[in-house]
Amino acid sequence: MTAVSTTSVSWTSETIPIAGVSMQVSRAGAGPPLLLLHHDIGTLDRLPFYDALARRFTVLRPSHPGYDGSQRPDWMRNVRDLAAVYQWLLGELSESRAAASISVAGLGFGGWIAAEMATLAPRAIRRLVLVGAMGLKPERGEIADQALVSYIDYVRLGFADQRAFDRVFGADPTTAQLEKWDLNREMSFRIAWKPYMYSPTLPHLLGGVAAPALVVWGRDDRIVPLECGERYAKALPRARLEVVEGAGHFVDMEKPDQLAKLISDFASQGGT
Amino acid sequence: MHLMYFTEQPMSAYPADEGREFGATALMFSNKHFDPAAGSRLYNEYLEHYRLAENVGFDGIMLNEHHNAPFCMQAKCNVFASILAATTKRVKIVLLGNPLPLADNPVRLAEELAMIDMVSRGRLVSGFVRGGGQEQLATGVNPAFNRERFEEAHDLIVKTWTQPGPFRWEGTHYQHRVVNPWAVPLQKPHPRVWIPGVLSKETIIWAAKKRYPYIALSTAIEATKKIWELYDRVAEETGYAGGPEYRGYLQRCHVAETEEKALANARQFMWMQGEFTGLAHPVWSTPSGYFSPSVRTAFVEYAVGRRSNPRGASFEDQIQSQMIVAGTPKTADTQTCIRLLGEEVLPALREIGKELGLWSPFEANAPVGIAFPDPATPARERATAHHPAPLEVS
Repeated sequence: MTAVSTTSVSWTSETIPIAGVSMQVSRAGAGPPLLLLHHDIGTLDRLPFYDALARRFTVLRPSHPGYDGSQRPDWMRNVRDLAAVYQWLLGELSESRAAASISVAGLGFGGWIAAEMATLAPRAIRRLVLVGAMGLKPERGEIADQALVSYIDYVRLGFADQRAFDRVFGADPTTAQLEKWDLNREMSFRIAWKPYMYSPTLPHLLGGVAAPALVVWGRDDRIVPLECGERYAKALPRARLEVVEGAGHFVDMEKPDQLAKLISDFASQGGT
Repeated sequence: MHLMYFTEQPMSAYPADEGREFGATALMFSNKHFDPAAGSRLYNEYLEHYRLAENVGFDGIMLNEHHNAPFCMQAKCNVFASILAATTKRVKIVLLGNPLPLADNPVRLAEELAMIDMVSRGRLVSGFVRGGGQEQLATGVNPAFNRERFEEAHDLIVKTWTQPGPFRWEGTHYQHRVVNPWAVPLQKPHPRVWIPGVLSKETIIWAAKKRYPYIALSTAIEATKKIWELYDRVAEETGYAGGPEYRGYLQRCHVAETEEKALANARQFMWMQGEFTGLAHPVWSTPSGYFSPSVRTAFVEYAVGRRSNPRGASFEDQIQSQMIVAGTPKTADTQTCIRLLGEEVLPALREIGKELGLWSPFEANAPVGIAFPDPATPARERATAHHPAPLEVS
C-alpha cells in the first residue's frame, strides 16, 4: 500500500446545465480523466480517497442531481434516467467528448449508475470500476433496505470497522448530516424504490459492455452481498473481481489508499 | 351538529409484553401474535357497538384503516362500510378515510365507494387520507410521491364519480385506458368528501382550497385553533367563508357511572404504551419523503432518538389539555359508555351546538366542494325517487 501523501489537493467546482437541472461537478488533479460517482448516502465534500485519486487522475466528481442539496430533477424516475443524464454530461465535458476517453468509477449506488451508463453506450467508456455496486438482484441474500433502519444505523451497517465510521462522520453525526441523509434517501426512493436498488433488466445488458472492468468488493459488505460482485464479474465480458479484506460496503472510506491504488493500477493501464 | 362514533378497532387480544419487548407495535411486529379467534370475536363485537351507536342516537359512524399494527384491525375501511351500509338504517357512514396513495387503481376505489353509497341509500361520506408513514412501507408504496398520488387519485375519483364515461386518464402516477365503471354514487353531485388530518399544513390548505371540511384528529387545543385560522384564511382567499360546517374534531371521550371508573377506563386511550396508535417506531413512521420538508429537522431528530415524538403527550397532559375527556354524564364497559354518551351526553351537546350555531354540512346544506358550488341534493330525495315505498331515512 502506498503511503498517504499529505500534499494538499485543490478542488474547484462548476455548474453544468443538464436535462433541466444545474449539475454540480467538482474537479481536481491532473492525468487521465476519471468520472467518480458517489454513494446513495451522498458524500462529504472532501475525503482522503478523493485526494488520493486526484494525485493520479483528473477526477470529475459530480453530485447526483437531487443529492446533498443539488437541484432535484422532479421528472426522474429510475437509475437508467440518471445514467442517461451522465452520458449527456460526458458529451459536455472536454475530457470525455471523444469516445472511450474517460474511465468511470462508481461507489455502491454510483456503481449501479456506472454499470447502466456502460450498457447504454458500450463503447463510450474507457475503463469501468464498480465498487460494491447495487443494481443486481442477489440470488441468495438481499440488498439491505435503508427504508427500515435509521440514517445512522444504515451508514454504520456499511462499515466493517465502526471506528472508521466515527473517524469520518463523528461518533454522533450532526443533525445537519442527518438532514442530508434524509434528503438523499428521499431522492433514492424517488428513483430506486421498487424494485429496491436493482434492475431486473440490467443483467441481460451487461454482456454488451466493451470496456475492461474492475469489480471491487469489501469482504464484509453487509449492504450489497459479495455474491453480486461475483455476478457482475461473470456478466461483464472483460471483468475481474478484487475483494478487499477488512472492508464493508464503504470501501472508499474504510480502505481509501488500498482502493485508490487498485483503481490507479487498473485505470492507468494503456490501451482498452 | 353532526356527532359521530369512532373506534380504531384495536386488536386488544395480543400479548402486550411481546410488543414491549419487540419495542414497537407496528409494521414488523410479527403477526404470529394475531389470534384470529380473538379477531373474529372482536370484529363482531365492534359491529354490535356500531349498531348500538345508531340506536342511541349518534348521527354517524366514522371508520378508518391502518396496516400491520394491532391498534387498528381495519385493513380496509370499505369492508366495514359495506357491512354498515346494509345493517344500519339511519347513520351516515363516514370514512376518514381511504388512504389514496396506497391505491394503485383509484377507479376501483371510486367503484367501491359508489356501491357503498347506493347500498346505504346515500349515506356515505367519503373522506380521503394520505395514510400513515408506516403504511407506505406496509404496502410498498413510494413515500416520496405520497402527496402527488393523493391529489391525483382524488382528481381521478371525483371525475369518475361526476363525468359520464368512458374517458381516458393519462396522469403522472395513474394511467387508465378506459374509465367507465358501471357503478356511480347515488348522492349528487357526489358524496361529501371530508379530510381528516393531524399535522400537515399542506393538507389543511388543500382541503380549504377544495372547500372540503377538515377533521382535526385529536390535535391539541391551541394547534386546533391555528388549524381553523389557516383554513379560514385560505377559504377567504378562495372566495367563501369558513365556519362550523367546515370543521370537525375527534375527541377521545370516556363516560362511566363514576368519575374513578371513567378516568381508569380513559387511560386505555393510551393503550399498550402511551399513544393511541400503539408503540410507534421512529423510523418506520417517518419514511423519507413522506413528511413536509418544513418539518424535516424535527423528524430526522425523532428518527434517531434525539427528540420525542412531535405528536406525543402523556395521559395526564392530555386530560389537562382536554385532548381526552373522561367523566360521568353530569354527575364498565364499552357498551355502557356508548349508551351513556348517546342517551345523556349527545342531547346536551346538541343544545350547546344549537346555541353556538355549530351547523353540520348537512344542516347548512353546504356544497360538496369548490368544484360544485350548488347546494347538494339531499340524498333522501334521490333515494326515494325510484323507490315504491318511503324509506326511513332522516
